[in-house]
Amino acid sequence: MNTSAIVVMLLTLGTVTGLMLYFFWRVIKTPPKPEPDSYLDNDDEPGRQETLR
Amino acid sequence: MSANKESWGSRVGLILAMAGNAVGLGNFLRFPVQAVQNGGGAFIIPYLVCFLVMGIPLLWIEWSMGRFGGKFGHHSTPFIVDTMGKNRLWKYIGVFGIWTNIAVAAYYCYLESWTLSYVFHSLGGTFSGMDQDGVAAFFVEYVSLGESTFGIPFEPVVFFLICLLLNTWILSQGLAKGVERVAKIGMPLLILFGIFLAYKGFTITAGENGAINDSTVGLNFLWTPQYDKLWSPSVWLAAAGQIFFTLSVGMGTVHCYASYVRSKDDIALNAMSAGWMNEFVEVVLGGAILIPISIGYLGIDRVTELVQSGGLGLGFRTLPYLFYQWGDFLGALAGFMWFGLLFFAGITSSLAMGTPWIGFLQDEFNWKRKSAAWSFGLIVLILGMPTVLFFNYGVFDEYDYWAGTVSLVVFALLESILFAWVFGINKGWREIISGSDIKVPGIYKFIIKFVTPALLLWVFLGSLFTPKGGDWAAAFSGNWELDNSSIIKKIANSDLKAKLAAATDPAVIEQLQDTLFFVNASRILLVAVWLSLALLVYIAYKKRVREGRI
Repeated sequence: MNTSAIVVMLLTLGTVTGLMLYFFWRVIKTPPKPEPDSYLDNDDEPGRQETLR
Repeated sequence: MSANKESWGSRVGLILAMAGNAVGLGNFLRFPVQAVQNGGGAFIIPYLVCFLVMGIPLLWIEWSMGRFGGKFGHHSTPFIVDTMGKNRLWKYIGVFGIWTNIAVAAYYCYLESWTLSYVFHSLGGTFSGMDQDGVAAFFVEYVSLGESTFGIPFEPVVFFLICLLLNTWILSQGLAKGVERVAKIGMPLLILFGIFLAYKGFTITAGENGAINDSTVGLNFLWTPQYDKLWSPSVWLAAAGQIFFTLSVGMGTVHCYASYVRSKDDIALNAMSAGWMNEFVEVVLGGAILIPISIGYLGIDRVTELVQSGGLGLGFRTLPYLFYQWGDFLGALAGFMWFGLLFFAGITSSLAMGTPWIGFLQDEFNWKRKSAAWSFGLIVLILGMPTVLFFNYGVFDEYDYWAGTVSLVVFALLESILFAWVFGINKGWREIISGSDIKVPGIYKFIIKFVTPALLLWVFLGSLFTPKGGDWAAAFSGNWELDNSSIIKKIANSDLKAKLAAATDPAVIEQLQDTLFFVNASRILLVAVWLSLALLVYIAYKKRVREGRI
């Protein structure tokens, strides 16, 4: 491959993959908000309910 | 009261469903072709700029509009936009957010059914031993409803019905148990299949298995930047168009999904995560399959010729043949994975198209989820059958043009004006950052108010008055002759009429006359559907007034 094609390709693939992983990681690492929230999972989890008191 | 009490199961599930809504067949078939036709590696610059100043703002606008409408119990665009603007006409603009989905689903489910059928044909070894012309002829025979190699009469109709039944059944199961569950299975599988095919695309060696080029030739062709093309408005218009269609904005599906998010929960980070996931699938995976594999086996000249007719032909007429260059087992496996990933890309989008109509019936007429889902299936069946039966007479393309292209631009332009100028950027900005798990850069307040609507207006006007051959320099110098692909020329059927005037063969003349008839009939049908939906919105409005809900 020619140099300019490699540079553009690697920069683009690296940036897009990096940002995708970064934002998804932020979603996973962000603690959920106290119930009631928008999601059904953990609706009855005691720890999540207590934060309301 | 609305019968709609649904919720998403989890935050990751919502993001995967939203990413699945955005990821479609275009990520794999349209993006690489657009890149090749518009400056190779240099295309990525306007593409990413448009993503930053048009794509991300539109995602934030639609997510926040949806969540705002959800506070008032609205889950479809007519009454979501009605809560944001005082003018009574806004709700009829919102009709686009249901109409587009129904009309697009009508032909998209047919396209999706091809991928399902091709999965079975790949596993069944249909393409084994066929030459390239044989695979191309199979496709032509298939869409002409010709004889099936499986011995199933009217096989495309059967697969269309299976696909539609599957979509309807999943939709009837609800958001968390239906749509979200499919996204949680489909998106990881799509990425897995994509990584396998991208690996194959990156490791082709000239002289092995009939390859005439190394992968690097295709990658060079795709990624070598032609910086002079950056000055062409056509390239920027193509990049803006690609960003627009890949994110599924301007449809009403994002609003609908986001309307089930509570006001204290984040939308800004969710939108970024789903948006970048779509970009990963499109740029990283989509860029590594179609073009490198095709060029590896067919060479640059042949592929340049093939991409003129778009990525659909390359994906269905050519790739099944190329996969079999890797041997019978890998050929069948690669075919299964390619059409499998296209199927998952398709179904996660078509499911999203069903939700605004279902939400509308639940909110306004207290329909149960199951009845609403089956009504969607029935409407799509009625509206979709003409695309199956009269595919060769331009019905499919006509739906795609008006519902899948023009309508998106019109609705997105109007919603961006509504959000930034009617609802007001200050209130709108508060909606975006409310509950946000990331710091939204303040510059976006300016971008959303000025840049995004201006860009959308430019995309719309550029499509309305496209100059002949995309020659903007000639147009601006005073010779503004319209191209046959411009909206104005499309309305007048200029291209078809020119072909008809030039035709001498009676069979060709008859085919063109029939096409003209079916094109006009499709338009009448689409307008009739829009008017029927507008009437339903009017009835719903009157019902709300009677019940004291307005």
